[in-house]
Amino acid sequence: MSLIVSFLSGIIFALGLGISGMTQPQKIVGFLDLFGNWDPALAFVMVGAIAVHSVAYLTLKPEKGPALKGSYSIPKKSQITKSLVTGSLLFGIGWGLSGFCPGPGVVSLFSGNMASVNFVVSMVIGMFIYRKTFSSDKVDG
Amino acid sequence: MNADIVNALIGGALIGLSATMMLRLNGKIAGISGIVESSFFGFRLEENQWQIVFLAGLILGGLGLVLFYPDSLVNTFEQKFWLVSLGGLLVGFGTRLGSGCTSGHGVCGMSRLSLRSIIATLSFMAAGFLTVAVTFHFFNVGGVQ
Repeated sequence: MSLIVSFLSGIIFALGLGISGMTQPQKIVGFLDLFGNWDPALAFVMVGAIAVHSVAYLTLKPEKGPALKGSYSIPKKSQITKSLVTGSLLFGIGWGLSGFCPGPGVVSLFSGNMASVNFVVSMVIGMFIYRKTFSSDKVDG
Repeated sequence: MNADIVNALIGGALIGLSATMMLRLNGKIAGISGIVESSFFGFRLEENQWQIVFLAGLILGGLGLVLFYPDSLVNTFEQKFWLVSLGGLLVGFGTRLGSGCTSGHGVCGMSRLSLRSIIATLSFMAAGFLTVAVTFHFFNVGGVQ
């Protein structure tokens, strides 16, 4: 049952990205292009997602545990580390260069556009380089 | 409100719903960069099935878009091939060093007001704004057709 939920969640996530326009890199760089023809859509995607998901946290009772399985694995780390900031800055540069972040890249993998394939293959190689060069930190997600 | 904004809010709400199902039913964070990494590296059958299955759903949802809503996958961003490759490398490396991406930090972390995620989101947004400003308006590479 828990795996069916994960599968359905993946499908819903993909549809959300598609409907919101975030699977179109021109909408991503349009948002990031403050000095051009600015496209605010990405901000509204964040607003819609956070409006829904924050309720899930506000009404969460940690002692009760999730409905289907085990306990909550929510990141507890609170230090602001050099890795956190450096990694996020590098991610932002890659995001601005390619117009993709991980979700939209994977969702558009079989769209027939070579840029998506190029991006996803490069991203997996980037993760491989990280694993070979840095010890794995506790992840936030 | 224009149609783009309405679609952005509806799509965003679906992303929020997906993250909520993962959290409240399975106790997991729907962070795509972590899910992709776990699906490819250090995979252990008893612990990482949910990541593979979520990733399969994400790809199947994408195939659904290909069939029923192909306009959602039109890419008019003209960028040099090697810059997309470099971008992918930086996204892969950066999201793992920084422990998350737009979903893990931007949606999930911001929704629980995690200071780490707020700092991460501000950092990747700032870097993204600067990167596009420099590439589009200084070097004149990359542009929307």
